[in-house]
Amino acid sequence: MDSFTYTRPDRPADAVALGTAPGSRYIAGGTDLLNLMKDGVQRHDRLVDINSLPLNDVRVSDQLVRLGSLNRMSDVAAHREVVRRLPALAQALLASASPQVRNMASLGGNLLQRTRCWYFRDATMPCNKREPGSGCAALDGMNRWHAVLGGSDHCIAVHPSDLAVALTALDATVRVLGADGPRAIPVAEFYPLPGDTPHVESALRPGELITGVDVPVTELAGTSRYLKVRDRATFEFAVVSVAAAVRVSGDVVREARLVFGGVAPRPWRSHEAERELVGRPLDDQAISAAVTALVRDAVPREHNAFKVPLLQRATTDVLRRFRRTR
Amino acid sequence: MPEEEPPSAFTPTRRTVLKAGAAATAIPLWPREASADSTVPMSLRVNGKVYEQVLEPRVTLLDALRERIGLTGTKKGCDRGECGACTVHVDGRRIKSCLTLAVMQQNREITTVEGLAGGELHPVQAAFLRRDGFQCGFCTPGQVMSAVACVAEGHAGSDDEIREWMSGNLCRCGCYPNIVAAVRDAAEELS
Repeated sequence: MDSFTYTRPDRPADAVALGTAPGSRYIAGGTDLLNLMKDGVQRHDRLVDINSLPLNDVRVSDQLVRLGSLNRMSDVAAHREVVRRLPALAQALLASASPQVRNMASLGGNLLQRTRCWYFRDATMPCNKREPGSGCAALDGMNRWHAVLGGSDHCIAVHPSDLAVALTALDATVRVLGADGPRAIPVAEFYPLPGDTPHVESALRPGELITGVDVPVTELAGTSRYLKVRDRATFEFAVVSVAAAVRVSGDVVREARLVFGGVAPRPWRSHEAERELVGRPLDDQAISAAVTALVRDAVPREHNAFKVPLLQRATTDVLRRFRRTR
Repeated sequence: MPEEEPPSAFTPTRRTVLKAGAAATAIPLWPREASADSTVPMSLRVNGKVYEQVLEPRVTLLDALRERIGLTGTKKGCDRGECGACTVHVDGRRIKSCLTLAVMQQNREITTVEGLAGGELHPVQAAFLRRDGFQCGFCTPGQVMSAVACVAEGHAGSDDEIREWMSGNLCRCGCYPNIVAAVRDAAEELS
């Protein structure tokens, strides 16, 4: 790890002033950043430790769960109101990483963790994300873990966060603070697709700091579920994951959310699949139509074609569970 | 990860010379900011004892514990947060000490495997011995620290639950059945 300066401001405005300076990077849990720095994937002149900032709050009302960005994954996953009102959020957090890492990693850092594409993480390999213009080794390489939806000719890395997938399904908003003041960004607009600029990974402007996440409390959110399919039973990134919420009344689906992880460069919401469900009974026919629509634009590569039927089966499984619990 | 050389063992290498060159263009420092090319005084509280240390900001808690303070019970396996051999407790919560900087853990209560036993072995340590929960022993300090937390958190109610909540600790000898048995025993004894 290359050396850097270290500072720990107490006030968000000071943190942002420091964080906006060239060469600065925020550190919260450090569970991804330090690995990237040890491996020479990232180098920073200054680390701004944000752990003294007052961003640990959890506020629950009948309309909204407001979570400060420094809340640790384990604490949010165990929060009674989160478990009750936003089940997919708690389930996604518990399906992430290991107990030790969940005690360390913050919500904000989780949203900004970088892809587990091993070509990106190997500083000796070409990677358009790490070094724009150097090429993408995954396109014709070992792309078993890579995107089947939303990729480009420049990058097919997948976003690794389970949390981001759940938050997208729950219509959450990311609160940020920058040199120009605070603003809110819907999670659905937080992650750009790679296109020909895969190094642009979020809607954050330089120096902007994530201060919290707001999650609306709705009847739909209360139905949400998270299913994660992995190469081993636990402590692994998703091959495919599904965050789903379905509101049924009078035997007809009134509202549906289907968002997927492990298959795209960002949490992948399928409006097409949702449309196949709404206004119909949640029968096998509707589910089949939804999972057909879901993969219509899929672009499988040499080693990841299995993700297409796996995604369909995982989604079918999750949707049938809504039927059973009704 | 390249070894962090203590200042006393400093010998110029190509890497350190390049770094010194880079330091010439150092960024202006914020008040009280720890600079990149120098060390920082810090105080670490480990197993109830305060250790005054002077370290570079980039030194991980794991390296500070092992290489500076001399508490080598905590092990460095992968140094990437994947194996769990470096598990310690900070303010009573289990963490991976390779994934945090020592400078970030000042004024916290750090517990390593050396701080676990009082006059006699901690019940979790005794259970690992009784159940033969190890072979080579390298992962054991991390397993034990994780197990103590796992039991205290109330995550040792069944073998499946133990397997899930001990999943951050790998054992390349494959002693998992005996580790699960040890955690189950300890959970029963401590309940």
